[in-house]
Amino acid sequence: MQQTRATEIVTGAFVLFGFAALFFLVTQITNKDFSVSNNGGYQLVANFENIGSLKVGAPVSMSGVTVGRVESIAYDQDAYKAVVRMHISSQYNRIPDDSDASIMTAGLLGGQYIGVTAGGSDKYFKDGGKFAVVQDALVLENLINQLVASFAGKKSDSAEESK
Amino acid sequence: MRDFVSGLSSIVANIGAVALFLFRILGQVPQALLRFRLVVHQVHNAGALSLVIVMTCGLFVGMVLGLQGYDLLQRFGSESSLGTGAALALAKELGPVITALLFAGRAGTSLASEIGLMRATDQLVAMEIMAVDPFRRVVAPRFIGGVIAMPLLTMIFIAIGIFGVQLIGVQQLGVDQGTFWSQMRGSVDVDDIMQGLIKGVVFGIACSLIAVYEGYTAEPTAEGVGRATTRTVVNSAVLILILDYMITAVML
Repeated sequence: MQQTRATEIVTGAFVLFGFAALFFLVTQITNKDFSVSNNGGYQLVANFENIGSLKVGAPVSMSGVTVGRVESIAYDQDAYKAVVRMHISSQYNRIPDDSDASIMTAGLLGGQYIGVTAGGSDKYFKDGGKFAVVQDALVLENLINQLVASFAGKKSDSAEESK
Repeated sequence: MRDFVSGLSSIVANIGAVALFLFRILGQVPQALLRFRLVVHQVHNAGALSLVIVMTCGLFVGMVLGLQGYDLLQRFGSESSLGTGAALALAKELGPVITALLFAGRAGTSLASEIGLMRATDQLVAMEIMAVDPFRRVVAPRFIGGVIAMPLLTMIFIAIGIFGVQLIGVQQLGVDQGTFWSQMRGSVDVDDIMQGLIKGVVFGIACSLIAVYEGYTAEPTAEGVGRATTRTVVNSAVLILILDYMITAVML
């Protein structure tokens, strides 16, 4: 009888361990947020012309330190802009309200994130605060177009000079 | 030509026999579940006793993925994707397949030889004489135990493997901890984990079925039991890899 009891306890522990592993994989490895860390903190909003491939759950970082996450992305049909809502941890409650938000890329193939650069104001963002200064995602095609255009411009300039 | 035809027909007959065997087990599943103690005992045999080997292998597979993945990715300057690559590889392929191979070696052989020895020592016949259905009493609980244990082992393998990747990638080679986890979270979906889970269930069914079938149909001699055990490992391994390809092709 004692033997069976021990077997059952070991088996129960094994099954619990298996489900714990599954729970860990589903909550910690994937981007499904089961609002474990969502308690506290406040929301900030920024409107971008172009967000590139920014995704919900992307980090919001200041000086390289993650201070929050992108909570939702929507398209505002009146302003024709992308509305990005960010959730900032409550411990970072002194972000100057003239700070600017820009969309950056981590590394060459890395994901995109929002980089916040602190401004000089002595007032701080409150819940629902909105970034006044934003910088859009760098779209590679636009960049190349500009580059080509500027090269073409130079070429025609030099062509005119030689005349 | 004659050999070929007879060989082919024996393969087809074998597949048919295994399928009938599966249906016979499935018919006994409700009754077997009523005797929950027996099933618990088999989950212990197939799962809890395989835990150490699965965890050890998971850790080392994860660690080697960390090394190889880092070496590959740093050539493109994208070490930060190490978490993503390793987690996807573990969750979708390496986790289920390696766990199933280990499971076939550790639990499948023990099932096959146990039932084979019961056959060789006439225990199964004795049960039938006592009007105890050996399918209900012996085969079905072992099958269910294996099917329950295998996905759980797969999940444990994947979790430990990711821990191993983290150990090498972050602690030793210096990939940034935050980037490692956030990149992984950013691109691994619940679907990817579910694919691993589904593979775990299918492989569990395949391994357990082969093991109990080979054991049950073993020749009642010492040699026959040995042969049944060997066939369990070989057939399971081949079937796992074939099934893996098919599931991947369907689900990708």
